[in-house]
Amino acid sequence: MMTRVAGLKFAAICCCFMALAACAKKPSLDPSGDGGGGLVGGGAGTAAPGSKGDFTTNVGDRIYFLNDQTSLSQEAQDTLAKQAEWLKQYSNVTVQVEGHADERGTREYNISLSARRATAARGFLIKNGVAANRISSIAYGKERPVALCDAEQCWSQNRRAVTVITGGAN
Amino acid sequence: MTSRTGFRFIAIVLVTFGFLVPEAFAVNGTVNPNGKIDPIPIAISPFIADGDAGDTAATVAGVIANDLAHSGYFQPLPPESFIEKIGNFEAAPQFDSWKQVQARDLVVGQVINQGGKATIAFKLYDVNTGQLVGGTSFTASPKSARRIAHKIADLIYKSVTGFDGYFDTRVVYVDESGPKNQRIKRLAIMDQDGFGARTLTNGKDILLTPRFSPNSQEITYASIGAEAARVYLFNLDTGQKEIVGDFPNMSFAPRFSPDGQNVVMSLQSDDGRDANIFEMDLRSKQMHQLTNVPAINTAPSFSPDGSRITFESDRGGTQQIYVMNADGSAQNRISFGKGRYSTPVWSPDGKYIAFTKQAEGKFGIGVMAPDGSGERILTEGFHNEGPTWSPNSRVLMFFREQPGESGGPQLFSVDISGYNEQRVPTPQFSSDPAWSPLLN
Repeated sequence: MMTRVAGLKFAAICCCFMALAACAKKPSLDPSGDGGGGLVGGGAGTAAPGSKGDFTTNVGDRIYFLNDQTSLSQEAQDTLAKQAEWLKQYSNVTVQVEGHADERGTREYNISLSARRATAARGFLIKNGVAANRISSIAYGKERPVALCDAEQCWSQNRRAVTVITGGAN
Repeated sequence: MTSRTGFRFIAIVLVTFGFLVPEAFAVNGTVNPNGKIDPIPIAISPFIADGDAGDTAATVAGVIANDLAHSGYFQPLPPESFIEKIGNFEAAPQFDSWKQVQARDLVVGQVINQGGKATIAFKLYDVNTGQLVGGTSFTASPKSARRIAHKIADLIYKSVTGFDGYFDTRVVYVDESGPKNQRIKRLAIMDQDGFGARTLTNGKDILLTPRFSPNSQEITYASIGAEAARVYLFNLDTGQKEIVGDFPNMSFAPRFSPDGQNVVMSLQSDDGRDANIFEMDLRSKQMHQLTNVPAINTAPSFSPDGSRITFESDRGGTQQIYVMNADGSAQNRISFGKGRYSTPVWSPDGKYIAFTKQAEGKFGIGVMAPDGSGERILTEGFHNEGPTWSPNSRVLMFFREQPGESGGPQLFSVDISGYNEQRVPTPQFSSDPAWSPLLN
């Protein structure tokens, strides 16, 4: 019982620290622009406009797919449309679209399936006005999962296309 | 010339005296009416050591016992139980004492070190008849003792079961380390029994699906680097790698042709939507397109005579197995069961195609005839994938994923009967095994 109480106390203290750190950080500027820290311009996020953090937090860098599917859901199209607007606004930014598959497939097929997903996302961005030469793509198959449990709730997060900024961000 | 990886033929002086292959020991003698293997009790008498050859003698006898036991067809008896202590290689054993310990076969051997070379000899006896079935003597560097032991085990296995051996072989695979979301995947190689495992690449790129060339000197594999998946050749003697072809789009799923002159692989299409199978002549660098279907066509594998290729395609909606002529003509689907079929691999004897099958949330390893008949699932569970054949077409090795954040893949083998499933030991997590042909 003692240890448990102590553990709880410790956790509570940690939380305070983290809260303080967050508080202390909030008003300051993040000069690198890609830490997702700091700044300006109201709205939902604290990231600098045109930064990687801005893109990830306020636009959304990833879309998800159904099992063994490569078609874009309405939700995915909405996210990609926002990505396209953002990329048109920050026209120096270049990106790489990463295609991924979940672990519930075989290796060779998943490489190609994830390439199809990256292609679908990239194609949508191009159709919505982003220059093709600003968007490269790469297929990772099932080799880079982000969610590690063995249940649909994780696999559905791994079936994804992620738009990663490779240059030109603020 | 000494080889970095020891793949070259080891200098052997071979003296064989009459090896009989008794008919009585064909498949029926070792597989009972339920299809289950009845292992044959075999006594491997501690090898007689001359001078300083004690360690070598112990290694050789141990490797032979381990190989035979793992095959599932033999049950090596505990040496403690042996009544006769054999100290003279030339003298006839006292067969009554070997009958008493229930041995059906008896192996007697000796190791003599002379002039820096080890001469390793063995004899195989049928205990019931007292007949000398056969024997051989090898002279080589003591460093080659394990390989000679594997060769002796191959001779015993063939003599007793009638099947060609597979113990003097190696396995390439992918060594996996680091957390599941950032796995480091390196090319690795080891002896078939897991001995001598070592990595061959630095782990910067994500290495996938290594495959042996027919002479076991080269590996072809795919790896995902900063740009895209690419197919490479890796030379085991020199440690050098070279890219196969210069393609604008990604290339993956390579495999050698049986003559080693060509590599078949998948190339992603320009529009990124499809993958088709191409063959590249490694000398002329000429490319031939073998499939041209808007689908994912991948995992090609040649029939042993080189006349046909099996592959998987989702052209019908889901992954299924197809067979075509080696020129790409006559592409026919052969898998029609319930589920998705993938990673087909033609057996070295041409009689079977092994595959991964996904059905009802399970991943199994199975075999079918090249016309799609006679499908059998050998093992199934959470996730089994990527079979490879032993050179005698009797054993399949594959990888099995364990669930959970800290889980990872491990190598397993299973007899073609579906029995005798065994884990193949590796130092770390391991996947994508590929079995070499028998070494020279």
